[in-house]
Amino acid sequence: MSPHPPPTGSDERATAGPAYGFPTGLWRGLERRRPPGVDAVAAAWRSPVRGPWLTSVLGAALLVALPLVVVTGLLDWIAYGPRLGQAFPRDVGWLHPPVFDWPTRPAWLFRVTQGLHVTLGIVLVPVVLAKLWSVVPKLFDWPPARSPAQVLERLSLLLLVGGILFQTATGLLNIQYAYLFGFDFYTAHWYGGWIFTVALVSHVAIKLPRMVTALRGPGFARTPVAATTPEPPDRDGLVARRPGPATVSRRGVLALTGGGALLLAALTVGQSVDALRRTALLLPRGRRPGPGPNGFPVNRTVSAAGVAPADTGAGWRLTVRGADRTVALDRAALLALPQHTARLPIACVEGWSTEQTWTGVRLRDLAALVGPSDPATARVRSLERAGLFNQAVLHAGQVGDGDALLALRVNGVDLAPDHGFPARIIVPALPGVHCTKWVREITFGGRGDA
Amino acid sequence: MRDLRRGYGAAPWHLLLLLGCFAVAGWIALRLAGEASAPRMLLWFLGAVVAHDLVLFPLYAVADRGLRAVTADRVLVNHLRVPALGAGLLFLVYLPGVLGLGDGTYVAATGLTPRVLVGRWLAVSAGLFAVSAAGYALRRRRR
Repeated sequence: MSPHPPPTGSDERATAGPAYGFPTGLWRGLERRRPPGVDAVAAAWRSPVRGPWLTSVLGAALLVALPLVVVTGLLDWIAYGPRLGQAFPRDVGWLHPPVFDWPTRPAWLFRVTQGLHVTLGIVLVPVVLAKLWSVVPKLFDWPPARSPAQVLERLSLLLLVGGILFQTATGLLNIQYAYLFGFDFYTAHWYGGWIFTVALVSHVAIKLPRMVTALRGPGFARTPVAATTPEPPDRDGLVARRPGPATVSRRGVLALTGGGALLLAALTVGQSVDALRRTALLLPRGRRPGPGPNGFPVNRTVSAAGVAPADTGAGWRLTVRGADRTVALDRAALLALPQHTARLPIACVEGWSTEQTWTGVRLRDLAALVGPSDPATARVRSLERAGLFNQAVLHAGQVGDGDALLALRVNGVDLAPDHGFPARIIVPALPGVHCTKWVREITFGGRGDA
Repeated sequence: MRDLRRGYGAAPWHLLLLLGCFAVAGWIALRLAGEASAPRMLLWFLGAVVAHDLVLFPLYAVADRGLRAVTADRVLVNHLRVPALGAGLLFLVYLPGVLGLGDGTYVAATGLTPRVLVGRWLAVSAGLFAVSAAGYALRRRRR
């Protein structure tokens, strides 16, 4: 932060008359030339609860929660495996977080990070809306600026507000499979996220002292509606000039905002918690696709993948390639290999997840059939011909994990076609889209310690 | 330095910070400029601001004014406001589900056809209004 003493904002007028930046004549002229309606709008703000305290409390809540959404979003990109060329968008230039190999432990890692990203993004919607409500009079202020600093700051606010609304809208549409926007989600959400993040950092750096001052001042958390009066006029002009009588207290606004957040949480967590699945009443992942051991949510159906029954029938062979040899195994041969059972979550980038009991052959046992049992990578190819995720590369840690499986069965029965019959990958903490289904070929390369 | 501060209207670090912010945003804009869908992204970015500031906010503000014009009873107003805001919030967030939007991607991803969940949304909203009405009745009786 700055070594300069406060005030730190661009708006230095405090209670004295307004100060103008360069060129003074322009800003003064702008202030004098008031377009019709601006005075009526300025007088129309009546809520007595708007002011630095309410805005600061909402701002503080967002300051705590939004970085979590940003960080978990970036972790999602890392989980996709940028080192293996699998993160979207692929070519991001210098603008990316430090890259590392996504771990396999704890097995619930991706379930939690991505579930948090999506759920928190949804839960924060009412907080964002309340925060915008608390500052909306500033949008209609006249003059819009009194100095170059204010012009720049307002432009950065366009990036901030546009950023959060754009991220929320594209995210909400993506998890509900309504691609109304017609552009690539990964690209848009990635760059939108960065624009929002840099605008947020700027906003926090500029406004943090204001927030701290407001929160250190007299609080209103205990003030009932009958005693609710406006704050004294503030230099940001958040407090209404002609406030009306209070119909709700500040704590009432906060309770309403928090209540909205809780309501959304209650209707969203079901997509990540199997026991509560049905409570996600209004989300696609609150629905169970069917009864039985295979009746858990599907990501990409066999028909959408264009995998025909003939491809997965008795003629199906798994090709396993390694440094030493290549073998072809049918399903009976795979079932004859040592079987391992693991209870593992499968979590999707869209935030939903489910935990199931998978049985199959350890990937490192498969590797040992054709070369060293600790290969550096495994490239898994699906029978699916097209599609962004018809192949995936796993790194050494993922191949070597004792619970990393080529699963043949789930919950004691054969995999359903929609869940990847005859064989699919399941690896702890691996994003669902890389748990390749309808596997036809696995190529192990190099040595893990090389 | 003092002249810069006065002419600019804030401390020099303020200028540096915002220039940094615009540099990143500008770099992203240049990077995306080549994409065929870049104009759509820009449209959605600015459209989101317009939709919130100039459509959604005026809409709910006017609705609230209307409500308060009908009754001056503060308690009644709040017992209507709260469920209305809850219903509106659910509609906004779960809009694709409520309206049964969702194209082929929905079917391809889930193996289920999109359902119009407007009935569920109405039921939850009705529940919110019912709870609020019960609370209002209790308050009236206690008074």
